[in-house]
Amino acid sequence: MAAMFLPRILAALVLAPLLFAVINRVKAIFAGRQGKRLSQPYRDLLKLARKGAVYSRTTTWIFKAGPVVSLAAIAAALALVPLGHLGGTAGFTGDFILAVYLLALARAAVVLAALDTGSSFEGMGASREAAFSALAEPALFLCFLVLAASTHGSTLDAVLRGTALSPTEPELALVPITLFIVLLAENSRIPVDDPNTHLELTMIHEVMVLDHSGPDLAFIQYGAALKLWLFCAVLTGAALPPLFGNPWLDFAASVAGVFACAALVGVVESVMARLRLPRVPKLLALACACAAIALILTLWR
Amino acid sequence: MTVAALFEPLMIALILTNLALLVTSRTGVLIRLMALQGAILAFAPLFPPAGVPTHLALLCLAVFAIKAVAFPRLLSRTLRRIDADSRIEPYLGEGLSAAAGIGGLLFSLWLEGRLPVPPGLFAPLLFPAALTTIFTGLILVVTRKNALTQVIGYLAAENGIFLFGAPLSRQGSAWLELSILLDVFVGVFVMGIAIHHINKTFESIDVGRFCTLRD
Repeated sequence: MAAMFLPRILAALVLAPLLFAVINRVKAIFAGRQGKRLSQPYRDLLKLARKGAVYSRTTTWIFKAGPVVSLAAIAAALALVPLGHLGGTAGFTGDFILAVYLLALARAAVVLAALDTGSSFEGMGASREAAFSALAEPALFLCFLVLAASTHGSTLDAVLRGTALSPTEPELALVPITLFIVLLAENSRIPVDDPNTHLELTMIHEVMVLDHSGPDLAFIQYGAALKLWLFCAVLTGAALPPLFGNPWLDFAASVAGVFACAALVGVVESVMARLRLPRVPKLLALACACAAIALILTLWR
Repeated sequence: MTVAALFEPLMIALILTNLALLVTSRTGVLIRLMALQGAILAFAPLFPPAGVPTHLALLCLAVFAIKAVAFPRLLSRTLRRIDADSRIEPYLGEGLSAAAGIGGLLFSLWLEGRLPVPPGLFAPLLFPAALTTIFTGLILVVTRKNALTQVIGYLAAENGIFLFGAPLSRQGSAWLELSILLDVFVGVFVMGIAIHHINKTFESIDVGRFCTLRD
């Protein structure tokens, strides 16, 4: 099991920051610019890790614990998500519930840390993040339920078998679409949130982490990269069936699929403006409705 | 993948356009969705694809020309002419409408199992897709205040009824369908004129303002 576990988790831990570089490079190509170096996210993380952290006198231990708990929870969730039909996950019944709630724990830690600063501005961001993720969570669960109903599996490994694009069950094609909307919402990407904005009225995720500095900020940014990898892996797992029959070739194809997801995020960010804040819940409700229709039709079949 | 296997994706696309009709508030987008729904419907009588008679091909062409081209152009023209206020709030919000639409889909699937339909008459998913389209039309007519949206609701309901008739069109009901199509065309034409008059009298196409009418 370890032989299968290690490459999957090592690929995630090492390559995750590269996803941000891919997104930025795609956006740069669309804008006709050269873009940052692909190693820039790694350099940023190293720079932050070398710095010292500054703590406000208002904050307590919750503020310091936030980034650590968040990163640990996301890494634990990542260990549960399969990639490339390689196996090697813990694989127990209902592990997707644990994975989703580990992500919720990570978010709760960052939200509490933001509230701990005593800044009303960060409280506003925390409130928005909590509200939007509460709407994204049912969509994610519904997607897992659809896949579970169609594959009759109850573990992430059994459910993420690349069955979503099968021509015999066309309703399953709604699952990758919903998962992609959830990916954009959970990872604070356009059209839900703009990771590059510093316009205070529209910030969501970035406003929560404004007070973090140095290694704490590095933890949060690395955690965000791992979370993006996790969602891309779920999307790839749902949509990409085993192509070659050889586990290592399939694994390589899945890693390529993860980067393709990141490139798609870059394309979406290049061609779309972000939605007005009141429209975001509608987008997430639409995602839920799509997943609900997929579930109804799957159960009907 | 055979051509016949395309029928189910077509029906799922139809169900999705219904959902989109229910969650969209902008009239221009609604008209485009209506055109898409018309285009999907034009292909429905062609299944199964073996041995399509000429009158059926004619029906499909007429459906495409009227539902996917003529109606959208007519409605867009009306929309442009009346310079409509796009902020007419519906009686029921988009979220609840979508929930009602999903409820309609559930009910259709339940009803399909209960009705004594001759086996093999309806292709898989045709019955629930048609009934959901009718429900969508009804929800749009009942819960929206915008007169143009109500016309689109009426068209959606008619689309659902047309889809019910699609499996029978090989047995010669195509001529009946064509005459209904003509009626609907005239209906939409008259509704366009009526909307002009509503807009002129009430300075809006909000049907909620009808309540202000006095003797």
